[in-house]
Amino acid sequence: MATTTGIASRRTPSYAVERATLRNGLRVVIAPDRSSPVVGVAVYYDVGIRSEPEGRTGFAHLFEHLMFQGSVSLGKMEHIRYVQSSGGSLNGSTRLDYTNYYEALPSSALERALFLEADRMRAPALTEDNLANQLDVVKEEIRVNVLNQPYGGFPWLTLPPVLFETFPNAHNGYGGFEDLESATVEDAADFFDQYYAPGNAVLAIAGDLDADQAMTLVRRHFGDVPRRDVPPRPDFDEPAPTSERRAEHHDALAPAPAVALGWRVPDPADLDAYLPHVLLASVLSAGDASRLRRRLVQDDRTATDIGAHLAFMEDAFDVRNPTAMIIEAHHAPEIPADRVVSAVDEELDRIATDGVPEDELARIRARTASAMHQRADHVLARTLAMASYEQQRGRAELVGEMPALLAAVTAEQVAAAAASLRPDSRARLDVVADGAR
Amino acid sequence: MSPARRAPQPREIPGLTRPRQPRLPSVAERTLPNGLRVVAVRRASVPLVQVRMRIPTAVRRPGDLARMLLLQRSIMLGTAERSQGELAEALQHLGGSLRFYADADGLVMAGDSLASELGPLLALAAEVLTSSSYPRAAVEREADRFADGLRRALSQPGVLADEAWRGRAFGAHPYGRDVPSPEEVLEVPASSMRAAHRRRVGPDGAVLVLVGDLRPARALDQVERAWAGWTAGGGASHVPPLPALEPGPLVLVDRPGAVQSNLRLGGPAPRRGEPTYAAAEIANALFGGYFSSRLVTNIREDKGYTYSPYSLINNAAAGSWVTVAADVATEVTAPALLETSYELGRMASLPPGADEVAATGQYLVGSIALSTATQSGLADTLLDLLTDGQDVAWLREHPQRLAAVTPEQVHEASIPMLGPAGLVSAVVGDAELVEGPLAALGEVVRT
Repeated sequence: MATTTGIASRRTPSYAVERATLRNGLRVVIAPDRSSPVVGVAVYYDVGIRSEPEGRTGFAHLFEHLMFQGSVSLGKMEHIRYVQSSGGSLNGSTRLDYTNYYEALPSSALERALFLEADRMRAPALTEDNLANQLDVVKEEIRVNVLNQPYGGFPWLTLPPVLFETFPNAHNGYGGFEDLESATVEDAADFFDQYYAPGNAVLAIAGDLDADQAMTLVRRHFGDVPRRDVPPRPDFDEPAPTSERRAEHHDALAPAPAVALGWRVPDPADLDAYLPHVLLASVLSAGDASRLRRRLVQDDRTATDIGAHLAFMEDAFDVRNPTAMIIEAHHAPEIPADRVVSAVDEELDRIATDGVPEDELARIRARTASAMHQRADHVLARTLAMASYEQQRGRAELVGEMPALLAAVTAEQVAAAAASLRPDSRARLDVVADGAR
Repeated sequence: MSPARRAPQPREIPGLTRPRQPRLPSVAERTLPNGLRVVAVRRASVPLVQVRMRIPTAVRRPGDLARMLLLQRSIMLGTAERSQGELAEALQHLGGSLRFYADADGLVMAGDSLASELGPLLALAAEVLTSSSYPRAAVEREADRFADGLRRALSQPGVLADEAWRGRAFGAHPYGRDVPSPEEVLEVPASSMRAAHRRRVGPDGAVLVLVGDLRPARALDQVERAWAGWTAGGGASHVPPLPALEPGPLVLVDRPGAVQSNLRLGGPAPRRGEPTYAAAEIANALFGGYFSSRLVTNIREDKGYTYSPYSLINNAAAGSWVTVAADVATEVTAPALLETSYELGRMASLPPGADEVAATGQYLVGSIALSTATQSGLADTLLDLLTDGQDVAWLREHPQRLAAVTPEQVHEASIPMLGPAGLVSAVVGDAELVEGPLAALGEVVRT
């Protein structure tokens, strides 16, 4: 059986990191690992949904789409074709606090990938045609994921406006169609100028490479991207609720009700205060041995499904303050949502009052460590984690260190985390199932 | 853009360096006296092990699908020695997990744990396989939950579209459905689970793959020791051969008020072992199987009709087929179908360019390297290959086959697989708005 010390001292790949900052401000982290002939490349820009101006909801995401549309050197679709015809795969995503662009490729394509990322960092093709086309694509993305989908946007789009009061934290990150339609090429150019400076980005590279050679290639391709001013990152903090905040969401497509609860948690920058909440989420809902699944799904049968996680986009390790612990449950129409919520409250109370037995915490630690190893085994997942750790915490090495940090969290800390999740400080959203037959 | 900045000049795109070939994993293999084929592969990238097993036990009669899926969801509800919670706790202690999946072809087991805990993981898996207890109350609760989940699944337009296409393509064949109705699940007697387990969950004809930070010969010994007592089952069973697809009118499923229509088209594809498979893979990818494809270029990047159109080859035990899918705005349903048919017709009428074929082949070769670069990806890939009668050599040989495919071969492979005349089509959408425009393109029947 695994023990605390057993997990912490287990042979863990360390992924030694080389780092540099170019004269234009671009921060670079490189971690060789020759076990498979593949590499990951990621560029993280320090701008996300929270930085969108009012009246421009969804703009950060729309802009992300424009970064795939070519440049002065590349026609439309060429960026994508160069990656894929090299045997690679690519994507990008827009989160609350960052926007990332990434690819995984056979290592023979490393230089090409670096060229392509530098190319769009230098000057993407921001044209009327590309904007009009990607506006249509984004609307279909919103229709397929939200408007035409039962429980679409639950709870990541529907709970924030209940928990938060300020525009950056509360607004819909996919955006309203009116806002999206009013976006202009000029807006895009301004957004690029303001936020896509090399000094506002981190480049991470991992996998089958030589660190010195890779750094030479980085300087060759990114070195002459002009330096620009970097905007200060605003503090998006706002006061936590002092009484329960509630709302209902009518879902015309949903066949059964659901309920989501959200609580503010400590600033993720403070790992000592934050990590107990990460473990608490696992104690609550990771697997059939977890507290909430046992109580609500197996014993009382009040919920058909229940989950607890940190951060609205389930990116516990790369979200900044303010963020939340979220518990979401699906339940049968004949079960009142209040019964689900009281059962959750009782389970949180039980942890806060009686604590978590060492044996229970040991198995949570073991499972968490193994999940983190599994993510690190994936060259691209490892590259992405390095980039965000470096951007937000200046420490890409956390990709190897996090299992041990989690293993050091104590039962008392987890109980204290549970005690902080009080009914009078939470947001609650009830999904009313208008699609029930 | 700020006028102060000098306009950048076009630059030359760097070429590729010499590729480093993935090392072919070294494999140890043994067939146990109970008929189980075991394959173990060392990959020590992280201190974990991955375990995968496929048990071929086919769905044959109506009701079998609901029973198999309920069995899959209930198999971890308890054993002779442990309750559901105790079993889950024991797995967590190993840093492990154990999951089961079922479809018309049978049951798949997927597990993992810290590398040091392989022995205990195998012991727990053996306990489940030989003594799963299916407590009546727990199974009934699971059936209720499953029925709830099915109601949610069947409210998703994509699921409805997939089911409509399957029903139209395969009819009464077991592949005609992937999702049972909630009522069928609730009709399965909880008391029938143990007999179904004894009959279906057996080692004879099953394949087990282990990948990770392990010593292959020792891992085979560990399996043999831990699993010697697993002898149940009536042997492997397989679904009947797939019927020939019969093209016909487009099936339209009404979803009043839908803001999108879900298009599904598909035709027959060759099996992985057939000589035309590599060409068919390139044809599928070049048509719609990756972002650089013609379908994505046309209906997303040129027309903006859709977010994520795709095509893919499904490899099941009784046959392979291609699925083409696009979820499009209601008002462009017919134009999107027209453009999709145009691109399909182009594949079936003309050989693609040599550069397109080379780029697509290179993409597929890279995909093999990427998907086998992790322990779990390698385990999944090996299980698929072994299930399909291939072995690890396929990982070395298939890239060479892909590289050798000619545009003419892609064209030939496209005719039966992508030619619009041979395809089955289904659409889910607001019939009042889309039926007229669709009927202008071809015959439509409503279900």
